[in-house]
Amino acid sequence: MASYKFKDAYIYDFYSIAGPLESKGLIKKYDYCLNDYYFGEKTFEMAEVKMQQTVIDKLLFNNDLTDEYIDLIVGGDLLNQIVATTYNSKKYNIPLLGVYSACATFVESLIVGSNFISNKMGHNVIAITSSHNLTAEKQFRYPIEYGGIKYPTNTFTSTGSAGAILSNKGKIKIESATIGKVIDMGIKDANHMGAVMAPAAADTISRHLSDLKRDINYYDLILTGDLGLIGVDILKEYLNKVYNIKLKKHMDSGCEIFSQEQDVNAGASGPVALPLVLFNKVLKSSKYKKILIVGTGSLHNTTLVNQKNSIPAIAHAVSLEVL
Amino acid sequence: MVNIMNKEEYKKLVKKYEPKKNNCMSLLISFLVGGLIGFIGQVIVNILITSFGIAKMDAYAWSCIIIIASGSLLTALGFFDSWVGKVKAGLIIPTTGFSHSVTSAALDYRKEGLITGLGSNFFKLAGSVILYGVISAFFLCILEVIIHG
Repeated sequence: MASYKFKDAYIYDFYSIAGPLESKGLIKKYDYCLNDYYFGEKTFEMAEVKMQQTVIDKLLFNNDLTDEYIDLIVGGDLLNQIVATTYNSKKYNIPLLGVYSACATFVESLIVGSNFISNKMGHNVIAITSSHNLTAEKQFRYPIEYGGIKYPTNTFTSTGSAGAILSNKGKIKIESATIGKVIDMGIKDANHMGAVMAPAAADTISRHLSDLKRDINYYDLILTGDLGLIGVDILKEYLNKVYNIKLKKHMDSGCEIFSQEQDVNAGASGPVALPLVLFNKVLKSSKYKKILIVGTGSLHNTTLVNQKNSIPAIAHAVSLEVL
Repeated sequence: MVNIMNKEEYKKLVKKYEPKKNNCMSLLISFLVGGLIGFIGQVIVNILITSFGIAKMDAYAWSCIIIIASGSLLTALGFFDSWVGKVKAGLIIPTTGFSHSVTSAALDYRKEGLITGLGSNFFKLAGSVILYGVISAFFLCILEVIIHG
């Protein structure tokens, strides 16, 4: 069993930054939008670092907090050696735990952070993540300006950063979590991450429900990470066929950020996709009370993909209750 | 109740939802765009010969340089990125594709230093073009010698 209930763990406050293309998409209520991909820095990598710093600075400033009130930062990103998070954290006098689950990183940070709060090992923990389309593009695909062929199954890494203060008080309760297993269904196509991640999401959702003896309708909303337009259909059929679960009240972050006219093929991806939708669409609308967020991450690495290995995926789930 | 789905069955499920690729259309577009670039090259050659009185061999070299330079310039201005998505291999196969690949790599890595960044990554994508171009040229030369003696 890998589902755990937390005691008195809450999301106290959250803040997010969205990139230039995201801000012209379907969600209009981001806390801050970038005008360009550089954010006043010389390189895209440093722009990503600055996005994370801005999020932490705003979280501290908005809540009248300083470094010494925060016991821990838990975070990660897509860059090699999670440098956006480590370079960001050198500015603060706060201990850091770096985590990596590709696009499920934010949910993993929430789980690790909530565990500290729940066990009274800290009062305030910051969970943070970021992704930048151009740094990810360079790392996982081709040089930025190179016009590689895009397939309809390709997702588009979203740009932005999102963070939350976890504390023992707040309005959004982090009720329970299920830690994902690494699932590999033999898909080798790095251009089809929806297909890679759907079985992992299905496995985590079904284990979460059976561990906690809940029905799928217990939740007002299941918010999956970045499966994208095609991945969602695969998830629904897979869940139904393998686990007999009919997914109805469902939203996928990959499908909620960009509009169809923005030419992003299968939709948005990246660790920031899920928190962007969660914070700016789901939580701000206050329509949903019980939310299950399922971050999905494709754990691929260009070297191993080029060596013709299939791609494993992971999905972590966290159940939130809006009070 | 869990029904186990094996990898083959899952592949079939995935295949069902994959949008069909229209290869014929892509081929046609690539053919037309690639041909158009060839046509532009020939027009440049003709202009150079008739209007500037440049010798035929030199005119071909100049035409090649002009095409490569404009490919490079258009990459730097950010047009190529989106065009390739629309016209597929039509822009990649001619020399424009070669200049596009080196320019995009150069743009990306120039901030990592002239040697460690730009120098060592310049032919990151174009390396395969050079390698297999030279190899195929070698074998074609042998073929030429065998046929014509």
